[in-house]
Amino acid sequence: MTTMRRITYREAVKEALREAMQKDERVFLMGEDVNRYGGAYACSSGLAGEFGEDRVRDTPLSESAFVGAGIGAALGGMRPIVEIMTINFSLLALDQIVNTAATLRHMSGGQFSVPLVIRMATGAGRQLAAQHSHSLEGWYAHIPGIRVLAPATIADARGMLWPALENPDPVVIMEHATLYNDEDELPESGDFSVDISKAAVRRSGKDATILAFSANIKKALAAAEALAPKGIECEVIDLRSLRPLDDETIMQSVRKTHRAIVVDEAWRSGSFAAEVACRIGEQAFYDLDAPVERVCSLEVPIPYPRHLEQAAIPQPEKIIAAVLKALRR
Amino acid sequence: MNDADILKLVTQALFSVAPDLQGEPIAADKTFREQFEFDSMDFLNFIITLHKASGVEIPEKDYPHLQSLSGAVSYIREHKPSLGDNAA
Amino acid sequence: MIDFKMPSLGADMEAGTLVEWFKHPGEAVHKGDVVALVETQKGAIEIEVFNEGTLVEHRIPVGQKVPVGTVIARIAGPGEKLDEQEQFVVPSASIVELKPESIPQAEPSKVAPAIAEIEMKTAAAARAMVSPAGRRRAGELGLDLSHIAPGRAGVIGLAEVEAAALHAHTLPPAKPAHGGLDLAEMRKAIAAAMSRSHRDIPHYWVSHAIDVTRLMEWLEAENARRPLTQRLLYAAPLLKAVALAIKDIPELNGHFGDGVFNSSGEVHVGIATALRGGGLVAPAIRDVDKLALSSLMEKLADLVPRARAGRLRSSEMTDATITLSNLGEASADSVLPLIYPPQVAIVGCGSIRPRPWAVGGAIAVRRVLTVTVAGDHRVNNGRHAGQFLTRLETLLNSPEVL
Repeated sequence: MTTMRRITYREAVKEALREAMQKDERVFLMGEDVNRYGGAYACSSGLAGEFGEDRVRDTPLSESAFVGAGIGAALGGMRPIVEIMTINFSLLALDQIVNTAATLRHMSGGQFSVPLVIRMATGAGRQLAAQHSHSLEGWYAHIPGIRVLAPATIADARGMLWPALENPDPVVIMEHATLYNDEDELPESGDFSVDISKAAVRRSGKDATILAFSANIKKALAAAEALAPKGIECEVIDLRSLRPLDDETIMQSVRKTHRAIVVDEAWRSGSFAAEVACRIGEQAFYDLDAPVERVCSLEVPIPYPRHLEQAAIPQPEKIIAAVLKALRR
Repeated sequence: MNDADILKLVTQALFSVAPDLQGEPIAADKTFREQFEFDSMDFLNFIITLHKASGVEIPEKDYPHLQSLSGAVSYIREHKPSLGDNAA
Repeated sequence: MIDFKMPSLGADMEAGTLVEWFKHPGEAVHKGDVVALVETQKGAIEIEVFNEGTLVEHRIPVGQKVPVGTVIARIAGPGEKLDEQEQFVVPSASIVELKPESIPQAEPSKVAPAIAEIEMKTAAAARAMVSPAGRRRAGELGLDLSHIAPGRAGVIGLAEVEAAALHAHTLPPAKPAHGGLDLAEMRKAIAAAMSRSHRDIPHYWVSHAIDVTRLMEWLEAENARRPLTQRLLYAAPLLKAVALAIKDIPELNGHFGDGVFNSSGEVHVGIATALRGGGLVAPAIRDVDKLALSSLMEKLADLVPRARAGRLRSSEMTDATITLSNLGEASADSVLPLIYPPQVAIVGCGSIRPRPWAVGGAIAVRRVLTVTVAGDHRVNNGRHAGQFLTRLETLLNSPEVL
């Protein structure tokens, strides 16, 4: 009999960090304000007391420098977890991630690998305005040489970190900033590691497939719940791994429902949703009863006022409208 | 060529002239005109097809002998240049 | 640029359904080329084009039924630049070069969206919207997409195909197995045409019994020396004689319409052909008066099977200036036929029968053919018919000059 307990996404992340540092002494956390402040999103509060300053390291305010240092540590045999406060700031470390971390294995002919895990908070919804609300997961999913994960549930937040650390190549974990306070039940103890290569069917249905990740899973499920009384049963797929994408699960669902709606908080043009839609067109064209629908953010810098910010990003209503359009209702 | 082959040849010629007759029962001794409203045009096309398939020359005066299935089969059997039977 | 319209393929045709395109945009077309297959009450008719040029576009999709006179394709004449027409497709093309006839002169900014809209509508009309899943399902079920009505948003999707499949199972098969013919429809067309003929045309009939023994003896001798594939049926010399005789009596050869009779300088004879199952068509052989007997026989041998298979051409359906209705062998002695409007006469022949006849002052048995001419009394009269019949008799008695 397993006892269940209720924890937040944030607590799940902290538990995962703790467990990793307990299991492997090469693992350490580094990033802005992770030690004294306990982490910008409080994911590491108290960990310094438990593991010491060497293993929970505050870094200077320079993403390029500390990501580079993390790469160096990984090359040197450590298993660093680099926390970049948000994806918005990761732009300053793009060169390190894209040109060094992603390429060293290839450029060294396999002599070096970079077993690095980068965690970053992403997304909009907290009125942090244009420069602090990006959803650029698609940019990272574009780069060969790294893996990109997007835990949407407490179980995934708890279970993706260890397999990511075990992976000998760079893994970027995208934590949507609006998920940290979410709660769910997990077993008291056990092996929490999850498969980081597969998408998951969060809700089964036969009329349309809604594909989403991260904070949009909740919105997709809300849309599906609203449509069910109308006799429309939506299948909701949580992509979980953005690179590599689990084509098999996606196409299996689309072949069943014949309609696909992709939800992505990025702007539509050149979005990750475009990649998913294109793959569906390539692999399941003859199963489609309607064009693939995309629900993305409006093509504007994310606004600061609450009502405008909410209007700019995907919402359950927009997902519902897209499903109905695909059904030609 | 045995009787079964000749029958096949004759019925093929019939169907090539009137494809809609395929699948319909054909009485061996009734004339085509009686059974299927064959007119002189149909009959001439049938004769021509039969000639091409069997190689048998059919002068106009002999037409009356070929107006039924059994008649056509007998005529071809009698007039077909013999190639020698397979059975020794 | 020529508008190619849905032709009238018979006096009572109101509409036709496009079944298949044989020429596609970009292909050259020549006079007499078959451009499309159209389904009418009289079966599937091959439509010919009578212009030289290049087919530029299809204006209606396969499966669409349109009234006679609807533009179904556009053909560019030889030498017409096609580049201008290609620019028509690009909404942002320079307005100066475009001269669309149907758009009234307007400011350039208004004209451009209107052009784009018309082009989009044309493009949309030319290709039915079928979802990939719907198309595949229709294929699996053996359903013809052109018979499935589009659903919401003008799309034929899974729902529409499934509904059509259900519907198909609850209905008896629509068409009897008679090739490209729907006999029920044909009977309706015949009923309409013959009712109209009987109602509008003041008929009179003139009969003549002709001794054709000489013709038949000549025919037998002729066929004996001809190889089987070139033998003649008596219908061939009969047709030729009818055509030559008609040439001398122009009041019997031509079309009557809107109170005006147009005598034709050419003789195109409609051949009334009975179809197995009860249908009747009368497609024409053109310029019969100019054809040698062998050619005429070839054309007859080609035409009759095609008529029975329901594969006739538009020119064959409309060109007849006079019709021959021949009962053939083993039938009745004579027939009093009805005229096919807009023609003004019809020649009916019974079966050739042995009869007691006065020959050189004594009784002999001769083979006799009874020919009856029906005439439209608005245009011709008994004298014309009588002249025709005596001329026909003379011709039939000198078969060697036919």
